[in-house]
Parts: sequence; structure tokens; C-alpha cells
Amino acid sequence: MKETQTIQNKTKSTAITERISGSEAVIKCLLAEGVDILYGYPGGAIMPVYDELYKYQDKIHHVLTRHEQGATHSAQGYARISGKVGVCMATSGPGATNLITGIADAQIDSTPMVCITGQVGSHLLGSDAFQETDIVGISTPVTKWNCQITKASQIPEVFAKAFYIAKSGRPGPVLIDITKDAQFEEFDFKYEKCKGVRSYKPVPDTDENSLKAAAELINNAKQPLVVWGQGVILSEAEEEFKAVIEKSGIPSAWTILGASAIPSTHPLNVGMVGMHGNYAPNVLTNQCDVLIAIGMRFDDRVTGNLESYAKQAKVIHFEIDPAEIDKNVKTDIAVLGDAKASLKALLPLLNANSHTDWHQKFKDLYKIEYEKVIKNDLHPTKEGLTMAEVLKEINIQTKGEAAIVSDVGQHQMIACRYADFNKTKSNITSGGLGTMGFALPAAIGAKMAAPDREVVMIAGDGGYQMTIQELGTIFQQKVPVKIVVLNNEFLGMVRQWQQLFFDKRYASTEMTNPDFVAIAKGYSIEAKKVSERKDLKAAVKEMIDCEGPYFLEVRVEKEGNVFPMIPTGASVSDIRLE
Amino acid sequence: MENEIKQFTVSVYTENNIGLLNRISAIFQRRHINIESLNTSPSEIEGVSRFTIVINITESQMKKIQGQIEKQVEVIKAYYHTEDEIIYQESCMFKIKSELLFEERQIQNIIKESNAKIVTVNKEFFVLEKSGRKEEIELLYRELSVFGIMQFTRSGRVAVTKEEMKISTMLQAFQH
Repeated sequence: MKETQTIQNKTKSTAITERISGSEAVIKCLLAEGVDILYGYPGGAIMPVYDELYKYQDKIHHVLTRHEQGATHSAQGYARISGKVGVCMATSGPGATNLITGIADAQIDSTPMVCITGQVGSHLLGSDAFQETDIVGISTPVTKWNCQITKASQIPEVFAKAFYIAKSGRPGPVLIDITKDAQFEEFDFKYEKCKGVRSYKPVPDTDENSLKAAAELINNAKQPLVVWGQGVILSEAEEEFKAVIEKSGIPSAWTILGASAIPSTHPLNVGMVGMHGNYAPNVLTNQCDVLIAIGMRFDDRVTGNLESYAKQAKVIHFEIDPAEIDKNVKTDIAVLGDAKASLKALLPLLNANSHTDWHQKFKDLYKIEYEKVIKNDLHPTKEGLTMAEVLKEINIQTKGEAAIVSDVGQHQMIACRYADFNKTKSNITSGGLGTMGFALPAAIGAKMAAPDREVVMIAGDGGYQMTIQELGTIFQQKVPVKIVVLNNEFLGMVRQWQQLFFDKRYASTEMTNPDFVAIAKGYSIEAKKVSERKDLKAAVKEMIDCEGPYFLEVRVEKEGNVFPMIPTGASVSDIRLE
Repeated sequence: MENEIKQFTVSVYTENNIGLLNRISAIFQRRHINIESLNTSPSEIEGVSRFTIVINITESQMKKIQGQIEKQVEVIKAYYHTEDEIIYQESCMFKIKSELLFEERQIQNIIKESNAKIVTVNKEFFVLEKSGRKEEIELLYRELSVFGIMQFTRSGRVAVTKEEMKISTMLQAFQH
């Protein structure tokens, strides 16, 4: 009892006010929110905060990226692998605008992130001052919330709110813009964590009746199909999810961001849905009688043509964001709420089942996909290396324990299709926005957040060069990420579309690339290039065994295609195998 | 029925916050929806603002937009209503040459019949104000335009609903 009292008193004493500058308050807010790493780039309007960071460098590690976009993606990688809020910082004007791509990416992929930008002095606002830009206006459509601070006294409340909003409910990015005078201004600082915002209900109430109705529908289903998304990972509902599908025996497929919530090898895991997903779950989406969507949003890359998407099925949608209900697919039963709580409540209402005959259909279609696609991807008889072979080798060398951070394009689809995911939060990729250049900086953030995990970045030769300057960050910070570039000297996915839908007119997709190995070595990163199958295994092993960062370029076949494929506007069941 | 274009009046209760207008209008802009009229004002609850937005869209679009508006952190609640569910008014002002008031007898009749109010008169011009439904204002405009209008302006729609909107209860629910 006495002990508790002392602790209570202690918490009280830290809430005592102290007179400090706005910029010191920024650091104290970050510390109070448990931030120990942030990614950023200094500049005029944010200099007072950097000056304070200098004093607090033993408590907060600032990672100087080579471009502000890199800072956002690093913060995203950090958030995605840890579940914590990623933080990045930039100056006003171009520093702030360079954050926008990463912010938009975090918004569409529901990644908790707090971005801090410096702003010109408040007396200059609106005057087109040097490096002034209306970043609050610019970032409005791509942030969950944003705010400009013009007085130091606003700092504690805005920061507390920012972290609360970024992380709660459906997570997302928040931007705080602080004028330079507010950074200098002194005030009486006191920090209290935010416990709620009057107009904001992060998690909607779960209606017990809809939960019961959902259970009844699931119990009576003959051919049910689960499609899960990142919601399962964001609410850390992996165990509850596994219990639900294992009890009900329902074949379960994932969206790109849902990958790794349960292991790839789980017998109920029937693969990925969507444009380059697996054959069986796509085809059988149009044969199931009940479609159970959990923490996903029916993106067009998942559904193909909506007019012919699962029209025969009753649709149940477990979702935290009410705006997603009926947005794309009309649901029969919406179960609002947090996935973890909803699935926990659902479990006792479900009957045990195995759906053996229905599972057989998935197995039969898998055989077709294996013969037509997978076999040739993994065990090619042709000379050129395939992207999938590289993934297979990475799986072997990392025993499926690695976090795979992929960029955007063909290699991304291959990585998602073929990577073994034994652990959750292992597939870090730009799903909704499709941001080329995401992977390298995201891998930096992921590795720093989870130093004990193997982090393998996989990019194409195109996307890699969009943020290649972050090799400098890896070099300076000694981040032991493994960098794999699958080089086909093409912007492969666009080239594939040109081949299939634009009569092979390869407009601006061929790339003349530099000596990637030399570039990596320029940053003192061990590097190797592989062009032949016989050298692949040893090279991947060398990379994984390497203590520090490692760069591996694999020259893959120039005109390889990713199949299966649902052409734009086609139905999921019209998925092409060749 | 959900796919027939109708006129909706959207009432959005919000925290009074700089930038929120931008956030809300962006939702319409993304979908290429033209805002017919927009009005912001304090509401019946202290510290809570109210947006009244008029748009022509389908009900299925309306529902999606309602969700996306409510999703904004500082939006408390968004409602939408059709014409028959609300009582609404718009207001307008005309600036007209004063000589016409005396030379054109017809103008005096128009003013009388339309229930418009003369706000001010001086040697050069007089100002006419009229509140009412959109059609009434349009009619008055047509009638006066024959004589020449120096300036004309019309306000956004303001509306109250016939049914109760339980915004106060909702605010209490948010509090814990």
C-alpha cells in the first residue's frame, strides 16, 4: 500500500510544471510517449528542436536520413514491425512537402505515425516567406489528423492528442506543424497523456445481435471463406483469429497487408487473394456461400470487378472503421468493433467443423496453379533466374523467420506469393499506395525497431533507385539490413502490362542501370552480384551469414511475368494462369 | 432507388476547428461532387459548430460520404436529409437603382407580393432582402432582373430537421 502511494506521488511530481522552451517541450513530449528513435532531416525552421535533440541525444536517437521521404518510410517500417507509433521530423517548405508520399502511404495502409514539421515564424504565415508552405493544407486529405502550433503552450496537448489519434482505432498518420517562434517561446510545461477526444470514437461498439447473426450464418455455411486483412495484425488478434478459423475449419485467404498474421504453412491458410493472388481463393470467392471479411477493406486490387464479386455469397464484414462498411461490397452482416474483441466474442458461438469437401476444392485448384505457375517459378527449367527462386532461397536460409520488406512491382507480388512467413508483422510493404522506393528506408526502420529479427529488403531495379540514397543512412547508422535487388533491367510490372495489353510497346520501361555493387561498396556495404543459378545458394547464404548490412543483386530473366493475374476490370474468377 | 440522384441536405456537427472546412470539402472534391451551397455557424450546443451542405447525389453515394465525413476526428456526427425531412431557408439581397422604385410601379408590387423587405434606401440605390425557399428566391430574381439589378447575392441554405437529432446524448457518450 505504501509502495503504491509513493508511485502515485511520483507520477504526480512529474506532472509538476517547469518553465522550458517550446522546442524542449517537443522532446519531453516525445519522451513521455516512449519515443526512443525518430527519423528526420534538419533545416532552418526546425533548428531549435534539433538543438534540443542534441542535448537529449542519450535519450532519443535521431536518425539522419538522406531525404525526408526516407524518414517517413523508415518511421513506417518501424511502426509496421513494432506496432508502435513511428516518428519523423522535417523542416518547413520542401522538407515538409517531401514527407507527403510517406504520409499518404501511411494513411492508406493505416500505419500509426506522427510527423513533426517546422514552420516559419507565425508573423510570417501567409506571406510567402522563405521555405513557407501550407503543409497543414497540403497534408489534410492524407492525414488522419493534423494541427498547426503557433504558441508553445499548445505543444503538450497537441502532442498528446497526436499520439493518441495516430495509434487508436484505425491507426493513421498525424502531422504537427510548429512555427519557429513557438519553438523558442518559453512556457510552463506539464504533460498529460490523452485519454480521449470528445468528437472521436476510435472503436465503435460491437452489436451483440450482429455477432450472433454472423455466428449463425457461419455455422450454417456449407462453403465459407475467410478473407483477412491487416486489421488482424493491427489489433494483435492473431491468436483469436487462429482460434476462430481452427474451430470452424474455414479456409482462409489473406490480402497483401494481412500476410503473416498466421504462418504461411498453416493448413487453413489457402493463400493470397487479389490481382496476383493465388488461383484457388480467387476462383472460389465466386463459389463460397458465406464470405467472412475480417479487418480488410475490399480494395479494387482484391475484388476485381465488383459487379461479379462474390455475388452468390452472404457477406459478413468484421471492421473497425464504419466508413468501410458497404463502401465497395454490400455486406449482409456488419460486425463493427476491434477484431481482437469481436473474434474473441465470436469463438464460443461457433460450431466445430472441418469442411473437408470444400477444402478439397482448394487443393484441386492449387494443383492446377502449381503445374501452370508455381512449378515453373520455383523450379524453372529455362536458363534465366526467376524472382521466385531467390525467394525460395531466402526462405531456406532464414527458415522463414525473416521480415520481408518489399518495394512495389513484380518482385513485390513474387515476395508476397512465395515468402514463408512464420511470424506475424513479417510482410512490410506498400499495399494501398503502391509507393516505389518504400522498401529501402522502410527496411532501415524495421531493423532498428526489431534488431533481433532478420530483415530482408527486396526491391526491383526501378524502385531501389528511387530511394537509393538511403544507403548513406545504412552506412552511417550501421544498420544490418539485407538488401536484395532483383534486377531485370525493366520496370517489370509496367512492362508486363505493356506486353499483355499494349502490344509490347515498351514505352519508357527499359532501364540502363549503374553498377549497383560498386555503389553499395562506395558506402562500405558488402556487395555481390549473381547472374547464374549455380551461384545463388551460396550468395544468399553469405548474405544471411553476414553480420553487417549486405547488398545482393540478382540478375533475373528480363521479361518474366507474374501469374496468376486478374486483368483490370475482370472478375476474380476470370483469373489468368498464363 | 439508391441510384437515383436526389438533393440532400447534410448537417455536420463538429468541433470548432481551423482547417476542418478544408477536410470536409476535400471529401466532396475527391468524388467530383459539386457543393450546391454550404453554410457554417454555431449550433445549439456551445462550442459545437454546424455545417449545412446541399448536394445532388445518389443515396448510396450519400451514405459513403456520410461515413467518410464522420470518420474525421473532429466531426461529432453527420446527418443527411431529403427535402421533405427538413425546414429550410435561404436568404438573398438585391441592390437596385432607387429611381426604379419610383418610376416602375411594377417593382413595388413585386416587393409586396414576394414578402421581400427593403433594408435601406438612399438617393442612388435601395437594398432588398428576401428569405425563403430556393424557388421563391429564383422567382424574385427573374422578376427583378427585367429592370436591372446592380448586385445580387444569395446565402447558403440553413435548415432544421423535423426529426430530433440526438447530438447532445451523443456528446455525452463520447465523453467516457
